[in-house]
Amino acid sequence: MRTLSFDAVIVGGGGSGMRAALQLSQSGYNAAVITKVFPTRSHTVSAQGGITCAIASDDPDDQWQWHMYDTVKGSDFIGDQEAIEYMCSTGPEAVFELEHMGLPFSRTESGRIYQRPFGGQSKDFGKGGQAARTCAAADRTGHALLHTLYQGNLKNKTVFLNEWFAVDLVKNDDSAVVGVIAIDIESGEVVFVKSKATVFATGGAGRIYASTTNAHICTGDGIGMALRAGFPVQDIEMWQFHPTGIAGAGTLVTEGCRGEGGYLINKHGERFMERYAPNAKDLAGRDVVARSMVMEILEGRGCGEAGDHVFLKLDHLGKDILNAKLPGILELSRTFAHADPVVEPIPVVPTCHYMMGGIPTNVNGQALTAAGDGSDKIIEGFYACGEAACVSVHGANRLGGNSLLDLIVFGRASGLFIENALRDGVELREPTKENIESAVAGLNELNSSVGQEQASTLRAELQTIMQNFFGVFRRGDLMRDGIVALQSLKQRIDNVALDDKSMVFNTARIEALELRNLYAVAEATAISAEARTESRGAHARDDFQERDDTNWLCHSMFYPDEKRVGKRNVNFSLKSRKPFEPAVRTY
Amino acid sequence: MITVSIYRFNPETDEHPHMQDFEFDTVGKDLMVLDVLEKLKVEDPSLVFRRSCREGVCGSDGMNISGKNGLACITPLSEAVRNNKIIIRPLPGLPVIRDLVIDMQQFYAQYEKIEPYMVNDSPAPQIERLQSQEERAKLDGLYECILCACCSTACPSFWWNPEKFIGPSGLLQAYRFLADSRDTSAEERLSKLNDPFSVFRCHGIMNCVQVCPKGLNPTRAIGHIRNMLIRGAT
Repeated sequence: MRTLSFDAVIVGGGGSGMRAALQLSQSGYNAAVITKVFPTRSHTVSAQGGITCAIASDDPDDQWQWHMYDTVKGSDFIGDQEAIEYMCSTGPEAVFELEHMGLPFSRTESGRIYQRPFGGQSKDFGKGGQAARTCAAADRTGHALLHTLYQGNLKNKTVFLNEWFAVDLVKNDDSAVVGVIAIDIESGEVVFVKSKATVFATGGAGRIYASTTNAHICTGDGIGMALRAGFPVQDIEMWQFHPTGIAGAGTLVTEGCRGEGGYLINKHGERFMERYAPNAKDLAGRDVVARSMVMEILEGRGCGEAGDHVFLKLDHLGKDILNAKLPGILELSRTFAHADPVVEPIPVVPTCHYMMGGIPTNVNGQALTAAGDGSDKIIEGFYACGEAACVSVHGANRLGGNSLLDLIVFGRASGLFIENALRDGVELREPTKENIESAVAGLNELNSSVGQEQASTLRAELQTIMQNFFGVFRRGDLMRDGIVALQSLKQRIDNVALDDKSMVFNTARIEALELRNLYAVAEATAISAEARTESRGAHARDDFQERDDTNWLCHSMFYPDEKRVGKRNVNFSLKSRKPFEPAVRTY
Repeated sequence: MITVSIYRFNPETDEHPHMQDFEFDTVGKDLMVLDVLEKLKVEDPSLVFRRSCREGVCGSDGMNISGKNGLACITPLSEAVRNNKIIIRPLPGLPVIRDLVIDMQQFYAQYEKIEPYMVNDSPAPQIERLQSQEERAKLDGLYECILCACCSTACPSFWWNPEKFIGPSGLLQAYRFLADSRDTSAEERLSKLNDPFSVFRCHGIMNCVQVCPKGLNPTRAIGHIRNMLIRGAT
């Protein structure tokens, strides 16, 4: 097997991966990005509404501390306050850097970056009313950001291994991560990509659900690899259902629609969010809005023949505003909902959107596991950032616009930290032949498979189980049924067929490998969700309807070897002020 | 029932490409072409195509659908089926790797050639660089390009000179930076484009405009570059 060596290898070519890579290549390090799709096809491209950050454009008196408060509250108090403080305070610098790189932000009359209101935003620590803090490039902010980052990496000559698929982590005898095994999809060649720092920026895994806003490629590859390597994942039961996915199609309709003045109505035309969140109304936290919509549907006030969705009304904003502020939404709605928002509402339904959990890291992106005494232990050579990581700035519920900020702030922070480590001359022990062979074992097994089960069928069954048993509302007995169903599916996944054993651009092989990752994420989600016996943020249980701060004001940690759920303390240490204490969360 | 006729080529087993017909039951629905391909891949996992976002923003699934380049994920059958038949081929003019997957290296090389990143040598301010709404509006219709290659692979000039003619996509991006009030390298950019091939191989056929799935107009952008080059020369 060929070996390629780099100072740092970043797995994933989305926003966080390319920001980390940019940091390293700018500083003259030999950084490579392994990405299973050409970088601008990564799912960051689909982000619409914007990047939330206190740059004080809309409101010259805006403060990052207010953004920090909103984020802590939005997380239902299990976001790590140290990480949230770091994100909100360094955010403006990171956003201005993107602008200097050419990101085509929309503008205000004074020529500054345009900011729009988003859900969960406030001024003056919740006391000053709605804020407008989300920096936008029309409703194509993710596209603009991703292309700008790719362009920055071209300028700085980052090495791109495009259309390469990372299969598994390679660990040395010290249990440090020393690189990955990867397949060059075009040729089928299997390569050991060796590195002093391996960064997982592999994004989310929304494809574990049948209905998701996520791209086909969001299969949790990094989470799967980490779990197979024996590393834990944190808060993986926390899945955000975005209120406005287009009914049937699943495609995202930005929260920016409600930020610009759109609102949700039931079949009677009632603006029902006024009942559930009297102050913030349609701009309450996403978990709150999604649950309210499901309640409306369950209580028979849903729209359409089957009463299985509600409507998002935009026509009152007028054609000019819609064309200027939400042009992409007009396109998407016309294409996928056959509805023209200029004259009629868009049918929408809560749809799986974002994985709050992931690989636990510190603010430097260093991946963590637990030492024997339960304290945090850094995994040498291993880093994570972006949606794949759980740093944790989102806790139990992410605020809109905070994902893009997370990507660039922690992509950058990981890059900065690795840069220093490389400068200090970090060295990891050479992997042995056995270390490498054990990382290729799973792939070899698949390649010699004589199984009968079709990957596409198994994937669909997995998605249905997750949708039915681990959706917006959850219940213990049903979740236990779901876990049993997943376990029986596992045996069949181990028996997956790979009839086509060709080398060149064999996407059947890639999809079979992705299925292993989807399963790993689904199983961790299911077991962690059943274990958390409370309702908090996106995790809403019919059998435990209250938040339980006595037992669950903590992160869950899923340990794959024993399939055990443990707990980890939430960080409550702020540098700038005294920490925010848990309070009842209302909007 | 419709017939879906798909270009197949596996370099490991096929000496020549061939068309393979699948019978497909639409159950009366106006599916997107990508949905049809996904369902056919369940039947035949060896069928290969690229896809990612499935909503027309990532640019992965450009292909030639019943004679016209477009994105499979936002092309409904009603636009592409004629006489109960749809013909799906890879984007034309670039080497085929396998089935509907083309080698896009030449396309990306032309993109890189125009130096698609902002150049501004003045020291950056503490905040953003200011840009008026009017200046920003000049980027609309330019920055939205998704690099799907539908335009360049529909362009006869690009078919003839893929190494020398930048092609509509690359030129649209060249103009995106020429038009940006924040970019200070217009002169250098123009001088690098000022040869008989890079820009001037565009003959205004406008296939690019006709096929662009994002409704962009590369021909107009090329016209602007031409004018800038001509003005610069006099």
